[in-house]
Amino acid sequence: MSGNMNINLKVWRQKNGKSQGKLVDYKVENVSPDMSFLEMFDVLNDRLINEGKDEPIAFDHDCREGICGSCSMYINGRPHGPNQGVTTCQLHMRSFKDNDTIVVEPWRSAAFPVIKDLATNRSAFDRIIASGGFISINTGNAQDANSLPIPKGDADDSFAAAACIGCGACVAACKNSSAMLFVSAKVSQLALLPQGAPERATRVINMVAQMDAEGFGSCTNTGACEAECPKQISLTNIARLNREYYKATLFSNEG
Amino acid sequence: MSKIDSKIPAGDLETKWTKYKSSVPLVNPSNKRNLEIVVVGSGLAGSSAATSLAELGYKVKVFCFQDSPRRAHSIAAQGGINAAKNYQNDGDSVYRLFYDTIKGGDYRAREANVHRLAEVSSNIIDQAVASGVPFAREYGGLLSNRSFGGTQVQRTFYAAGQTGQQLLLGAYSGLQRQIGLGNVQMFARHEMLEVVNIDGKCRGIIARDLISGKLERHFGHAVLLCTGGYGNVFYLSTNAMACNVTAAWKAHKKGAYFANPCYTQIHPTCIPVSGDHQSKLTLMSESLRNDGRIWVPKRKEDAEAIRNGKLNPNDLKEEDRDYYLERRYPAFGNLVPRDVASRAAKERCDAGFGVNKTGEAVYLDFAFNMKYKYGKQVATLKHISNPTEAQLTEFGHEVIKEKYGNLFDMYKQITGVNPYENPMMIYPAVHYTMGGLWVDYNLMTTVPGLYALGEANFSDHGANRLGASALMQGLADGYFVIPYTIGAYLANEISVKSISTDHEAFVEAEKNVQSTIEKLFAVKGTKPVDFFHKRLGKIIWDNCGMSRNVKDLTKAISDLQALREEFWKDVRVTGEANDFNPELEKAGRVADFIELGELMCKDALERNESCGGHFREDHQTEEGEALRDDEKFKNVSAWEFKETGNWDLHQEELVYENIKIAQRSYK
Repeated sequence: MSGNMNINLKVWRQKNGKSQGKLVDYKVENVSPDMSFLEMFDVLNDRLINEGKDEPIAFDHDCREGICGSCSMYINGRPHGPNQGVTTCQLHMRSFKDNDTIVVEPWRSAAFPVIKDLATNRSAFDRIIASGGFISINTGNAQDANSLPIPKGDADDSFAAAACIGCGACVAACKNSSAMLFVSAKVSQLALLPQGAPERATRVINMVAQMDAEGFGSCTNTGACEAECPKQISLTNIARLNREYYKATLFSNEG
Repeated sequence: MSKIDSKIPAGDLETKWTKYKSSVPLVNPSNKRNLEIVVVGSGLAGSSAATSLAELGYKVKVFCFQDSPRRAHSIAAQGGINAAKNYQNDGDSVYRLFYDTIKGGDYRAREANVHRLAEVSSNIIDQAVASGVPFAREYGGLLSNRSFGGTQVQRTFYAAGQTGQQLLLGAYSGLQRQIGLGNVQMFARHEMLEVVNIDGKCRGIIARDLISGKLERHFGHAVLLCTGGYGNVFYLSTNAMACNVTAAWKAHKKGAYFANPCYTQIHPTCIPVSGDHQSKLTLMSESLRNDGRIWVPKRKEDAEAIRNGKLNPNDLKEEDRDYYLERRYPAFGNLVPRDVASRAAKERCDAGFGVNKTGEAVYLDFAFNMKYKYGKQVATLKHISNPTEAQLTEFGHEVIKEKYGNLFDMYKQITGVNPYENPMMIYPAVHYTMGGLWVDYNLMTTVPGLYALGEANFSDHGANRLGASALMQGLADGYFVIPYTIGAYLANEISVKSISTDHEAFVEAEKNVQSTIEKLFAVKGTKPVDFFHKRLGKIIWDNCGMSRNVKDLTKAISDLQALREEFWKDVRVTGEANDFNPELEKAGRVADFIELGELMCKDALERNESCGGHFREDHQTEEGEALRDDEKFKNVSAWEFKETGNWDLHQEELVYENIKIAQRSYK
């Protein structure tokens, strides 16, 4: 078909968490511009299986519509590739040119160890949420949903923070491997809602402590996280987290 | 053929659930601590069930194949969740939600279950809001609603086009809290590959650690399958890549009846297929039909000119457009139920009016409402009395962006076309499966101690699910049904000590799983797993998709039997068993899908009528609507597995005491 491309890939191959990895060259021919980046990997993997020499490349993916947060490729030095506000699965080959060379690596962070090839272990994020990213209510004792009006602006800001998909691009983008954007998104979502108020202080203290315990780096406000976030979570959330944290440590009984 | 008992409690429909709840045996807190429950799947049903049961004091283990419970496919639900709150003062009630759901399901759902669902719908919204779900709100601070198909009230709560995400993250945060408290043990990247039955009761599962490849045995006094639907049997669907039927299918082969497998939902508004490389299809939420008008050209020559790129659809005059849903169904217009809208799109495209290169697409057009509904509203607010067309578009653009921004972005990413300037092109695609494991009123399958919740069961949507009802059902089952109904079983289990996983039933189940894995590797064939999956999908889509007939279904069954044979002779599974191996995972799932496909066709063949999503060409009205046969088929088909390719059919009679059943009309 006209307009189809040949693409040169350099892909990180690593047998498992213990072995050494390396970049391996693959040429993928006749790539349609309408293909998604992951569909190009499907085509390559089909070929690798047919050839029977190399194992197919392992990578995380699931919904392929930009919402589950599974996909996680570090493409030409940028998490999720060249486009803003887009996950790897929603990146399409029309964003590349014929004969482009594309380097594909897994997320880079000690807190996200490689499992195999491009798949990493991001369970640290789950543990951070388990340390305080919730409202402690049990099923069945909620009051009527409209008994607590929430200003639309607050609800909208809370939603914008809650749009985080937990993919880890913020960590991968950060030179310090900081998870501040991720943590601040959850802290902000709940701090902006009256329902989150009772646990405001404990939440931020516990989540920051868990974040540190997981080995994520510190935030130096470079802003790479915001620039690379596929859901365009705002850096303002980090400022809010800092405010919440200082308030909690200085003025609450929890500090 | 035998009749099966759904254990619906006696009494009036309106008070049945309340009375039953008060009479279900209870388990006291100290006994709960000794009772273990295995929950498979961490979507809305699984997360909410696990959390609620852990809060009650049970010991819970949760399994999901994703790397985190937050990634279950509920996350991708876009449009909204229904609840009979009547916040809009537009006449909604529990009865109306109940009625709409039964009618929408084309009178093939169970009255008692659906009424219970409608009753608890309000609590779900309260629960979600209390757990921090940021639903859309109006300026006064109260919750906003919109309309979905098959209803004439506004009862759908939403969070932009990411309602599933926000609800799942709400349920997930509750689950993480219970994990942090030590009440739930989480097993991510674990796939259930077998259920373990001991003395006629389900007592646990075999799961594979997807990283190490090791098989594990897990005991439970009860097992809950919250493993979603089987839409990926079609290969191309709006489901996530790894959605599968394996857990439900293993349960089916161990005694759980599979109900109504032929009831699948083809969603009318999905982005059309672009080429052979396509790995999945993407939904454009039904909520878009609030403001998007569906049309094709009135004249075939215009359709052809559009297909050839000689005519820009924006230039086609109003009078030359056929808004066929508004024409055929004036009362519901663009908001007819999904099965009706899908068939209408197929009818127009088959007749030669399709608007993309393949001829399989219709328009979903926002221009009218963008300008004349929202643009005018904003202009009025701004006190502009004679706005220009450009101003109207600009103002309307902002409103549309706020309502549907993420969906419009997604459309642009995938197609490369800007939907603010051009009408969207859409076509029906597989989205949801109403069929699933048969369950009684308590959500228990035909295997004692084995339950199915959410999309994995069959119970609430009949032959067609209404939009925004899947999230409602998943959370209803998990938050508000199973915590009560499981007591009916577990109250009798309090004296049962945890059974050692050295028990011979566990040993044997693990051996079976091991041998299936070895068998898959041993084939050493020539074709990748996806090759078979694509062929399977094509057979099912062509013969058991939007319209079905005896000849095609009969042929499909023999084609599928041949495909099954070929799969086991020629599949190539690379890598090793004791390793992270996505190819092996896929191979097991596709093997199960092929078997399921055969049952779907068999069920579609057996059901000699049309109803909801099951459209048999030999059973239609003069106007081309689904024609039911209530004499013979006012029932649930529940299939019992005998051996591969061989099933016994059982039936559950559906009794309508509170609704007068009629030919469905949306005119």
